[in-house]
Amino acid sequence: MGETLTNIGQTEPRPTGWQGIAADWSSDQRAFKNVSWGKAMMWIFLLSDTFIFGCFLLSYMTARISTRVPWPNPSKVFALRIGGSEIPLILIAIMTFVLISSSGTMAMAVNFGYRRDRRKTAILMLLTAALGATFVGMQAFEWTKLITEGVRPWGNPWGAAQFGSCFFMITGFHGTHVTIGVIFLIIVARKVWRGDYDTGRRGFFTSRTGRYENVEIMGLYWHFVDLVWVFIFAFFYLW
Amino acid sequence: MAEATANGLGQHTLHAGHAHEAPAAVARADAHQEHPIKLYLVVWAWLFILSTCSYLVDYFGLHGYLRWSLILIFMILKAGLIVAVFMHMAWERLALAYAIILPPILVLVFVTMMVFEADYTLLTRLAFFGAGP
Repeated sequence: MGETLTNIGQTEPRPTGWQGIAADWSSDQRAFKNVSWGKAMMWIFLLSDTFIFGCFLLSYMTARISTRVPWPNPSKVFALRIGGSEIPLILIAIMTFVLISSSGTMAMAVNFGYRRDRRKTAILMLLTAALGATFVGMQAFEWTKLITEGVRPWGNPWGAAQFGSCFFMITGFHGTHVTIGVIFLIIVARKVWRGDYDTGRRGFFTSRTGRYENVEIMGLYWHFVDLVWVFIFAFFYLW
Repeated sequence: MAEATANGLGQHTLHAGHAHEAPAAVARADAHQEHPIKLYLVVWAWLFILSTCSYLVDYFGLHGYLRWSLILIFMILKAGLIVAVFMHMAWERLALAYAIILPPILVLVFVTMMVFEADYTLLTRLAFFGAGP
């Protein structure tokens, strides 16, 4: 348990549970006691991003409930013909496993980062980036397939016209997040590989020195991308 | 709940008590998260199992309330595992956990409002345009 420094220079242990919440928030100091500003800001950014994706999924729900035209069956729309038989939703299932695996490698990278194992951290982060790039590639394949089959934001051959706009908006925004994540993973992996967090080398953009916690903050973003996919998979592809 | 510590020893159970005395490094602002690799591998395996289960819901063509409830259960379990273990929320102080996790739950109010609104839109569409083509 952490300790709080009082205004008369004494320290007292921090309370936990509900008392801890009340004490932390009413302390007239920083509310997040043992969390660095970098991590707290990433969490708050992710909270705002949650609302963005929440609104996308909400508008999709509203469109799907309010249309009197039947909604296209995602199980058939996203089926692939492999070895002569239609397998429902198989590409989306593979994409899900790829993204979950990338989350696993990211969690391991954070772990090795705190153990100061630069080599393993960088390799695992690059592996995460490779899996993320694979995911984006499969998404590009999926978009190409649907566009050639005639799906447009204003209509499609199978049913409710809103299907296309919901699909392109939701998966497009998620794919953008993955792409940005891949770019930042490569940047942070390079910093780890070069030993920036050990030598105190300053960043090219912020001119600040970094710490191995940066790997964990990067990980928070990456796990969030995986988290959003869990919701998209459930609501858009499976529902 | 146990907090993030500098060494993570003995802290990797989700509901560890607060009995143990933490090392001095805890007070540092950047108290970080270090947990056994095995924990991550177990969660990783569970995410695979749960994803397979939700895929099988579609593969076997379950429908109706059984389908929807299974999808939601697997989704919530997966999201909980990712947030709690991979994002280390289980080891953060409650002040942060509640600040981050409560607001998204309030989105459910918005969901309820939009369900009523969408139902009303559908009703008027059916009344004025008739059933779909």
